[in-house]
Amino acid sequence: MNSDRRFYRPLAALVALAVPLGAALAEEPSPPGHAHEEPSIARQDWSFNGVFGKFDRAQVQRGYQVYSTVCANCHSMRLLSYRNLGEQGGPEFSPKAVEILASKAQVTDGPNEKGEMFTRPARPSDRFRSPFANDQLARISNGGALPPDLSVMAKARPGGPDYIYALLTGYREAPADLKLTQGMHHNAAFPGRQIAMPPPLVDGVVGYTDGTKKTVENYAKDVSAYLMWAAEPKLEERHMLGARIMIFLAAFAVVMFLAKRAVWSRVH
Amino acid sequence: MAHPSTYVPTSSFGKWIDARLPIPRLVYDQFGVFPMPRNLNYLWTFGGILTFMLVAQIATGVVLAMHYVPTAEGAFDSVEKIMRDVNWGWLLRYSHAVGASLFFLAAYIHTLRGLYYGSYKAPREVLWILGVLILLLMVATAFMGYSLVWGQMSFWAVTVITNLFSSLDSVIPGLGTRLVEWIWGGFAVGGPTLNRLYALHYLLPFVIAGVVMLHIWALHIPGSNNPAGIEVKSSRDIVTFHPYYTMKDGFALVLFIALFAGLVFYAPNLLGHSDNYIPANPLVTPPHIVPEWYFLPFYAILRAIPSKLFGVVALIASIGILFFVPWLDTSKVRSTRYRPIYRWFFWAFVITCCVLGYLGSQPPDGWYLILGRIFTFYYFAFFLVAMPVLGWIEKPRELPESIADSLRKGSKKTQVKKAKPLEAVR
Repeated sequence: MNSDRRFYRPLAALVALAVPLGAALAEEPSPPGHAHEEPSIARQDWSFNGVFGKFDRAQVQRGYQVYSTVCANCHSMRLLSYRNLGEQGGPEFSPKAVEILASKAQVTDGPNEKGEMFTRPARPSDRFRSPFANDQLARISNGGALPPDLSVMAKARPGGPDYIYALLTGYREAPADLKLTQGMHHNAAFPGRQIAMPPPLVDGVVGYTDGTKKTVENYAKDVSAYLMWAAEPKLEERHMLGARIMIFLAAFAVVMFLAKRAVWSRVH
Repeated sequence: MAHPSTYVPTSSFGKWIDARLPIPRLVYDQFGVFPMPRNLNYLWTFGGILTFMLVAQIATGVVLAMHYVPTAEGAFDSVEKIMRDVNWGWLLRYSHAVGASLFFLAAYIHTLRGLYYGSYKAPREVLWILGVLILLLMVATAFMGYSLVWGQMSFWAVTVITNLFSSLDSVIPGLGTRLVEWIWGGFAVGGPTLNRLYALHYLLPFVIAGVVMLHIWALHIPGSNNPAGIEVKSSRDIVTFHPYYTMKDGFALVLFIALFAGLVFYAPNLLGHSDNYIPANPLVTPPHIVPEWYFLPFYAILRAIPSKLFGVVALIASIGILFFVPWLDTSKVRSTRYRPIYRWFFWAFVITCCVLGYLGSQPPDGWYLILGRIFTFYYFAFFLVAMPVLGWIEKPRELPESIADSLRKGSKKTQVKKAKPLEAVR
């Protein structure tokens, strides 16, 4: 139908007009006061990226090691249970290993038949033990700043795991123009560039046993992958089911297209 | 269009039920042999797509409701429990969240299609008004549904939007404050607010389903409009709904579901805001409070007006004005295809909506605010000035003799054949 082209010509012309306007707008420096100076977050090459992405078992296992050795001293992960560590699509620790990892934490249980609370080693069915009993205690112990829960951290910040990696490797000597507040640290990836958390990782602080180099970069990468799994534990299942459904839909679309064409050929 | 029934029951049960509750007759007459213009393009498939989306949202929503806890303390964690511990919970929840976005995408395409081809003009005014009513109900339902996640963005969106009612204080002092406290069920957004939003979020989809039935009823009296915007004149202009449009709608629906599934399985959080994975905290305000993408144009309009009260009035008017479109448009022809001047204004309107959407996501100052005001002005000028004035001064192009004629003119191939499948998902 030749009127089709005429139809969309106004649209094309208006878009052509709008593009330079948009470009001018984009170049406009954002007004002061709102300048949050979003630092650019470098994209990392994750094993779970892409349509068929999966977690790297060894990596998320090392990531859990980094979390439990370093992060867990201040950060809770209250939405996870120890049993999750053995579930499919995650670190996939063996049932025995999960029991041992759980039993390292002491949790409060009770009341018992005497009406008293007691502590016992954690079981796989227990939630991850939180380092502080409440937010107030967490603040007092951390110079007034509240260490956020990490359960869904990899989805709660723009950039996700890329952001976490950039943050953990983003500690630098403060530039001359930045006046650090008392007790704050300079971090190139943090919005506002001042973060209360002191640099958590140093080379060698976590004892890897699988030969992976004990560097801050490796720790940061592994723990970011681990946090992505924690936030998105069904990612592998989702990717696998998605592939099957997309294949089905593609075949279904072809069938429907042929059916539609066959039916309509009667009236043409 | 309304047509005499041609259904003849054959089986003895068919005859029995036909004399008592003739549902087979209804289905046969309204969805089997129902006469449709034969020149509908893929933009006409969105009615079926929207019906599917409503059913999908209700189906996933009912199961989610079985696991959701509507309390300030339990809401966020229960959503995460659904994601982690409920069988297929992640699929239900992501389908419901992405489904809301795609429901709006389809509704906006459907509305713009009606606007482009003059589907609101006589005798389809009631059909159009019911459609606008459905859109309003969708806005309310989606807003309430978003609040249920009880993340930071949920909480602060509820705070900002419910607070709009306090602008009534400038009309009658104290009225707005009273009203807002009544809506909140307290002196701040909290557990009681969440609980009532949940109750209404469960109720409204069924109200939508009811209005959808009226919408389809109102459609089946005059029958569908078509790209030429002219009436059906003879049997050469029509085909039956089944199999012609069941197959065409079905094909478009599969493509739309593929887009839907692509988002659910590979980018479920693409259209959401990361702040909503932070549990609601009344003591910490996010730096930028922004609604979901489908509300951004209206949010830009709200913030473009310097007075709070008139901002709210403009916000309500931005959708409410659609109710009056059948009488604002004075044109004698329906389809924009035959309106050489109006089409420029139409596409400028579409671009305006997109630009307002972008501006709604940006802080309202400097250039953003100035542009927000310019485009807000055009948004309303399109309806209040362009629609009535162009109808008077524009000379439409010559209309085809009939629908069958409109297909024969132009290239040798028919338009229906030429329509690209991808149009359905654009």
